[in-house]
Amino acid sequence: MTVNELSKLDNFTAVNISDGERKINGVYCGDLLSWVMGRAEADDAWITIMSNVNIIAVASLSDVSCIILSENVEIDDETAKIALQKQINILKTSLTTYEASVFLSKVI
Amino acid sequence: MSELLNFHFDVDGSDFTSAGQASIQIKKSLRRLGISPEIIRRVSIAMYEGEINMVIHASGGVADVNVTEEAITIILADKGPGIKDIEKAMMEGYSTAPDNIRSLGFGAGMGLPNMKRYTDYMDIKSEVGIGTTITMKVML
Repeated sequence: MTVNELSKLDNFTAVNISDGERKINGVYCGDLLSWVMGRAEADDAWITIMSNVNIIAVASLSDVSCIILSENVEIDDETAKIALQKQINILKTSLTTYEASVFLSKVI
Repeated sequence: MSELLNFHFDVDGSDFTSAGQASIQIKKSLRRLGISPEIIRRVSIAMYEGEINMVIHASGGVADVNVTEEAITIILADKGPGIKDIEKAMMEGYSTAPDNIRSLGFGAGMGLPNMKRYTDYMDIKSEVGIGTTITMKVML
């Protein structure tokens, strides 16, 4: 499944899509950034409730295909601006991290 | 061992939110050199963890990256407080980061372990009150 395809499904909304054709090959859930960098794999979708600006650098360096903000967590304008600059895909969902993981395990 | 490229960065210790600039720059430069994505991922994550550490603990420092045909070497040097117990600091989950850093999602005690995990060689030289120099190498 691509990031674009996921963003069109119910419960998911695009926050910033710079490379929508990116494939999602797996999922990693976590809010501790170093833990994510240590464990997430390239092309994973990363589900988190962490919304500060550092998530952009973490997503870029870990090479995840997108960030999914669960429980409709919002990012501020500065973070949105940097996501655009660094071309990081961000979606949000009304689902909890658990619900989003269960859902993704069925569709990707 | 012919040197292909050298990069030097000053890591700004005052701005936690901009930490990662050097690592992201390195990622771009290595991509231009045609280095494999997995190597780039390892180098840039290890370097970012080092950058974050310098910002959290040492008010910044300097980062040097050398690229040769054999390896990518990252040298991070700061004049911070030094690491009292390196063995302890290398343990996953051990952290001396303050609460405000933890609330941003860092300070999980995974920085140094990640740097070791993603590199082929890592050496820490640290003296309390003087500073820390970390050398990491990823073989190509």
